[in-house]
Amino acid sequence: MKNFDYVRPTTISDAVAAAAEPGAAYLASGTNLLDLMKGGITRPDRLVDVTRLPGLDRIEWLPHGGVRIGAMVRNADLAHDADFARAFPAVAEALLSGASAQLRNAATVGGNLLQRTRCGYFYDVASACNKREPGAGCAARDGENRLHAVLGWSEACIATHPSDFCVPLVALNATVEIEGKNGRREIALEALHRLPGAAPEREHALEPGDLIVAVRLPAEARTFSAHARYLKVRERTSYAFAVVSAAAGLRIEDGAILEARIALGGVAAKPWRAHGAEEMLTSCRPGPEAFRAAAKAALTDAKPSGDNAFKIELAQRIIVRALTLAAAGTPQRISALPASPFSSVSGALHVA
Amino acid sequence: MNLSLTINGVRRDVELADPRVTLLDLLRERLQLTGTKKGCDRGQCGACTVLVDGRRINSCMALAVSLDGAEVLTIEGVARGDQLHPVQAAFIAHDGLQCGFCTPGQIMSAIGLIQEGQAGNDPERVREGMSGNLCRCGAYAGITDAVLEAQEVLATSDRRRSA
Repeated sequence: MKNFDYVRPTTISDAVAAAAEPGAAYLASGTNLLDLMKGGITRPDRLVDVTRLPGLDRIEWLPHGGVRIGAMVRNADLAHDADFARAFPAVAEALLSGASAQLRNAATVGGNLLQRTRCGYFYDVASACNKREPGAGCAARDGENRLHAVLGWSEACIATHPSDFCVPLVALNATVEIEGKNGRREIALEALHRLPGAAPEREHALEPGDLIVAVRLPAEARTFSAHARYLKVRERTSYAFAVVSAAAGLRIEDGAILEARIALGGVAAKPWRAHGAEEMLTSCRPGPEAFRAAAKAALTDAKPSGDNAFKIELAQRIIVRALTLAAAGTPQRISALPASPFSSVSGALHVA
Repeated sequence: MNLSLTINGVRRDVELADPRVTLLDLLRERLQLTGTKKGCDRGQCGACTVLVDGRRINSCMALAVSLDGAEVLTIEGVARGDQLHPVQAAFIAHDGLQCGFCTPGQIMSAIGLIQEGQAGNDPERVREGMSGNLCRCGAYAGITDAVLEAQEVLATSDRRRSA
């Protein structure tokens, strides 16, 4: 690991000033950044430790029923906050389906949003990667690419965003509060991550020094709490990134869908909101026919970026499954294997 | 830079030449607490699991300097003299190991899992909660049984204490 200067500012404005310098990076828990630094993929000159900044580790309920989640709230604390999990069950389920218990105890809300892709060629410094080294080329295009993007990719980059947490957040219209050199601003989470285009090294809408200080969910996001699920297909039962995942939320009255929310994970360089599919479900009766039509619409623009055509079909099936489970009602308790399509009955031996 | 940690109840002051040292390397290389194992060093295997301020984390993925002031519990700190911690005893009773390399991490993870109180007596939830600890010998069945028994032993002793 390359050496670096370590600074631990005590105010947000000092942190922003310290991180605005070229070569600086924010350090939260480091569960992704240290991994990248050990591999020489990221080589910051200065780490600005934001773990002790005041006021960033709180879950605050807003007057009209929304919630403001501080950027330093740990994944496990958010997922196990009973009020939060009741109001936003798909978000809690997504959090608990990610990483391991040890990593969830450390990893932060802000860090989760800004984690880097797990594309193997991005991590392998001997491989060509436009994201790591603009203009170098993309080894994934002709490499092992069955887990790469099927939506929004470009010839320059076919990597996916690995977050589970961001998938239900984007479905629920989360906003991101950012402190920067020119003060506080906020943007929709859906506008935070960029598609690769010709510049895959530009992954998000943040400027140098910008610090995510909180994520907010609006009060209307709670109206999906009775019919909300997150489903995630992995290549092993637990502790793996998504092959494909889906968040689904429904508002159902008198047997008809008033409003639907759908987002996909593991398919693109950003959490992928399926607006068109959502609109198709409005006023429909929940059921396989409507769900299949919506799922098909969600993947209309999808195309394989390599050996991954199966993900287009898989994503549609996972959308149908997530919508079906959401329509059946949010379970009282998150299942033993959160977000797993293979979840067994509590207490049963799933591999017996 | 100076760093102060309370490790297994004892305050340790350490001077670091540079900030790259992980908590794992600090424990093993500077403080000779080699019970905590380095497996993958990338947060994937769980062999380096310790408790920091009561929570289980991967010590390989934490910069020591960032944890200044924290309380750390390692495998060296869980027994009371010759009396094993109930999780240690249960791992022996249920053959929750073969080669033993992952065992300190398994035990620290199990202690963390029991304190978190999310798994109850559901073996599926225990397996899911322990999925961040790999065991190349495949002692998973014994590990799950050990965690379930240790949890029961600890709950019983808690009930006795509060009675």
